[in-house]
This record gives sequence, C-alpha cells and structure tokens, in this order.
Amino acid sequence: MTTSLASRPSLPFATEEATFIARSLRHSVRNIDALIMAIVLPLLLMILFVFVFGGAIDETGGYVTYVVPGIILLCAGFGAASTAVDVANDMETGIIDRFRTMRIRSSAVLTGHVVASLVRNLIATGIVIAAAIGVGFRPIAGPADWFAAVAIVALYILAITYLFAAIGLASGSPEAANGYGFILLFLPYVSSAFVPVDTLPDWLRGFADNQPLTPIIETIRGLLTGTDLEHQPVLAIGWCAAILVASVAWGTVMFRRKAGRR
Amino acid sequence: MIAAIDLRGVRKAFGEHQVLDGIDLLVEAGTIFALLGPNGAGKTTLINILSTLVSTDSGSAVVGGADVVSDPESVRGLIGVTGQSAAVDPVLTGDENLRMMGRLLGLSRREAGVRSRQILDQLGLSDAARRRAGVYSGGMRRRLDLALSLIVTSPIIFLDEPTTGLDVRSRRELWDIIRSLRTAGTTVFLTTQYLEEADELADRIGMLSGGRIIATGTPADLKAQTGVQMVELRGDSDVLLREVPTDGSLRGLRLAIDDLDAEFDDGEVTIRRPSLDDVFLTLTGPADTHTGAGAPRTERP
Repeated sequence: MTTSLASRPSLPFATEEATFIARSLRHSVRNIDALIMAIVLPLLLMILFVFVFGGAIDETGGYVTYVVPGIILLCAGFGAASTAVDVANDMETGIIDRFRTMRIRSSAVLTGHVVASLVRNLIATGIVIAAAIGVGFRPIAGPADWFAAVAIVALYILAITYLFAAIGLASGSPEAANGYGFILLFLPYVSSAFVPVDTLPDWLRGFADNQPLTPIIETIRGLLTGTDLEHQPVLAIGWCAAILVASVAWGTVMFRRKAGRR
Repeated sequence: MIAAIDLRGVRKAFGEHQVLDGIDLLVEAGTIFALLGPNGAGKTTLINILSTLVSTDSGSAVVGGADVVSDPESVRGLIGVTGQSAAVDPVLTGDENLRMMGRLLGLSRREAGVRSRQILDQLGLSDAARRRAGVYSGGMRRRLDLALSLIVTSPIIFLDEPTTGLDVRSRRELWDIIRSLRTAGTTVFLTTQYLEEADELADRIGMLSGGRIIATGTPADLKAQTGVQMVELRGDSDVLLREVPTDGSLRGLRLAIDDLDAEFDDGEVTIRRPSLDDVFLTLTGPADTHTGAGAPRTERP
C-alpha cells in the first residue's frame, strides 16, 4: 500500500506576490548598473536635446517644454527594458524550477519583476521631472492634470514592462533578451517625442502619427503644458491597454511553455 | 511495507531518445533510497518526474499517496527538492534566500528568520549568511541549495546528486545531515554516481541503466553479486591483462592469485575496490559492455 501523507496547505492570499515583489525590489536596488543607466541616460539625453540640439531646433529656448514629455517616456522605456534580462536570468538559473516544485503560483515571479519595474521607473521619472524643472521646464498643470499625467505614465510603464517580461521569456538567454530590448528603445525617436511629426518626411510621418508612442506623448504634453489634447488620451489609453493585454497573453503562453511540464 | 513512492511502468522519451523505459519501483516510507547509475541513465529525468517538473508518457507515479500527473499540487506540498544545478538566487544573501523560501513554504516572517538562522548554523554557513549567494564557492552554494529544501520539514526529500563536486569533508558532513533526515522520519530519495555513497547512506539501492532498473536490493545484496575487492593483473606498459572479483577474504585473495598465476607468467598485481563499472558489468553481463556503464552520454534535463 502507499501511504497518504498530509500535504502543506496553500499559502494565505497574495503571499507569493508579496514575497516576489520584495525579492525583485532587492534585485533592483542591488543591480546598481541598471539603476544608474535608467536614471542617468535619460538625464544625459535631456541635457543633450535641451542644450546641444535645442538651440538649433527652437531658437527661443522653449524646446525644453516641448521635449520633456518625450524624455519621460524614453526614461520609462530604458528602465523597463532591464525586466527582460531579469526574467531571462530567472529562467536560466534554475531557480524557477525550484519554485515549480513548490505549492505556489510560480507565475507570481513575473508579478514581482513587473511591480519592481513600476516602482523603479516611477522614481526615475520623478528624478527626470525634477531635473527638467531645474533646467527650465515650466509645466502649467494643476493637481488633477499632474495626477492624470502620472497615471498615464504608470500605465505606459506597466504595459511596456509586461512586454519586456514576455520578451525575456521568449528569448533564449539574458544576452539575447538584452538585444531585443534595444530595438524597442528606438521607437521614441520616430514619434512626436523630439520633433513635431509635421517636420518629418511623408514616408515617416505616417508611421510616426500612428505609432503608439505619439498619442501617449501628446497626452502627457497636453496635460503638463496645455497643448491641445483632442482625442489623444483615448488613443493613448487604448494603445497601452492593447499592449498590456497582448503582452500578458503572450507572457502567459511563454511562461507555460518555458516553465510548464516538459 | 508502506510505500512513500510507488512507480509502475513509467516511460518517458525526449524525441527519439527513450530515457525511461518502464520503471517499477517502491520506496518504503522513512528510508533512504539511492538511485545509482552512470551519466545519461535517466536519473535526473526520474527525479524531475517525481518532483512534478516533467510529465510521464505512460505508467503511474505516486508520491506520498498523490499522483504526480493528476494531483501535482498535493505532491508539491509534500516534497523538498535539491536539483543538480544549484537553484539559489545569486543576488540575495544566504539568509535572504532562506527567508524567502520559508515564507513561500508557509512560515511567518518571524519563523522564517528563526529557521534560517538554525539551518545556516546546522550547515556551517552562518559566517556567510550576509553575503550574496553569487559569491559563494561551489560547495557552499550546494549546501545553501540543500538548506533551502530543509527549511521546513518535508515528508519526502529528493536530492539529485547531492555531493557531486564536493570535497571529501563536505561530502561526509552532507551524509550526516542526510542520515539525520531519516532519523526525523523523512523519506529520502537520492541519485548518485558513486557506489560508495549509495553503500554508505542507503537502506536500499536501485540500479538504473539504459532507462531500466536492472537491480534493487540492500547494499549488502548488491555487493554479494560483485565481490568486495577486485584483483587486477597488469602487464607491460600498464595494460590490464585480467581482473578477478573476490570476497575480500584471505582465502579468496589466494584463490584469485592462483587463478592468475596459472594463466599468466608475469605481471603486476594490484587490489582495488569494485567500481560502479564493475557492478554494472556484473549485472548487465558482457553482452552489454558497450552500452552499459562508462559510455558517455548526455544527461537530459
């Protein structure tokens, strides 16, 4: 006969999430290189655009007001890209196999990485905005506008982090994950982030007008500096939601494939 | 006998390669079972099936009364696993790794801290508790890996080649820990390539070769089949002329040497312990010499 032993009960609500979020936050704090990259690189870009190109783009010195919303999104993208490497690392080191032999929801590992990325990037965004004010960015937003702008930024970070998490799952190694990340970081350059879309040649304008980053940037720009919002917020939220839903679905499939039963 | 693990006709193939070809096995609760086999025999695949990481193609595998295929959640609530690749978080310290695992195994924050200190002390890792696991030596990382599966008492523990790559002293310390698990009532299922280790630890040994269990028994049973010493006769330039298994007694040794003396004129005689290869050769017979022990094959995950 086989003995029937008493199995450990399931964990209390959200124990896995709390544990893995704490783990990923520790990882974030200890990965000094990535943390510095996520903050310093957007700061350098802002200085580059405001002081080096800014004079040529707008001689009145008002370019800082135009460019900051774009820099904010660029910053969020940089910070989120390291999530792909974190996730690919977990898949490679075998720790995910240990979690899979335990009575836990091992997919909560991804939740941990995503929430840590959100926290990390919101802090980095805060630093970038503070620095922007330091170099002459003068937003005219009221509290409600600020709240809406931060909410849009957070939604964008969430969507793009999930996308990078799925990329991390889909790529074979942390090195490959790192490479895929860079492709996505070029998107802001072909949007309204740094120059108005009207100034682009026709063949680029179509892409720039209709890619997801333009309405997100225009929404933040509108909320902070009072440019016309029109239908941009609806498009921005729609794009973020679409990216989020697609990435969660892709990530779930990839997680099952990579960390399901073989 | 009350079985903690019950395998019947378990088969698993990866593509064309039939890794497990009909495994039948019973492991008694509260004992140490050693699965002995060369690289590529399918040991890791069997551990992965029992710990719910890999599915079976056919057959049934029951662990602690729960079927690994139809009720993996119950199995996961019963087992602790330490695999071959050290599955620790390199960014966290030893203590943080243990606390995290404790929380995931249902301990409160306080309990996890207390248990972490105890187990670090028990495994001689207290000094390294606040250092990141990424800077640990190979031996320390293995001990931490073991500690992670011991932070709560599991009724059944799987250890995949727990002492591979460890120095002699660490190996002996680990053996003591594994024995203490049995004393506490835990069933231990371990794999090893070393006959000596199986002999030292196990209540019963199963020998895996080519995806099948070719023998099971107590260490004494298996040794009775191979003899306890091998007498080798080597000729010029160290060429092995012949080897004869003996029972280790003076009389047995004399008979073996007489035997060699009758056949060869000259040569150098050495006496050694039988290796895993000898056991496999004895059990699989000369016909299987080329597919049995020693043939290098890649171990599948």
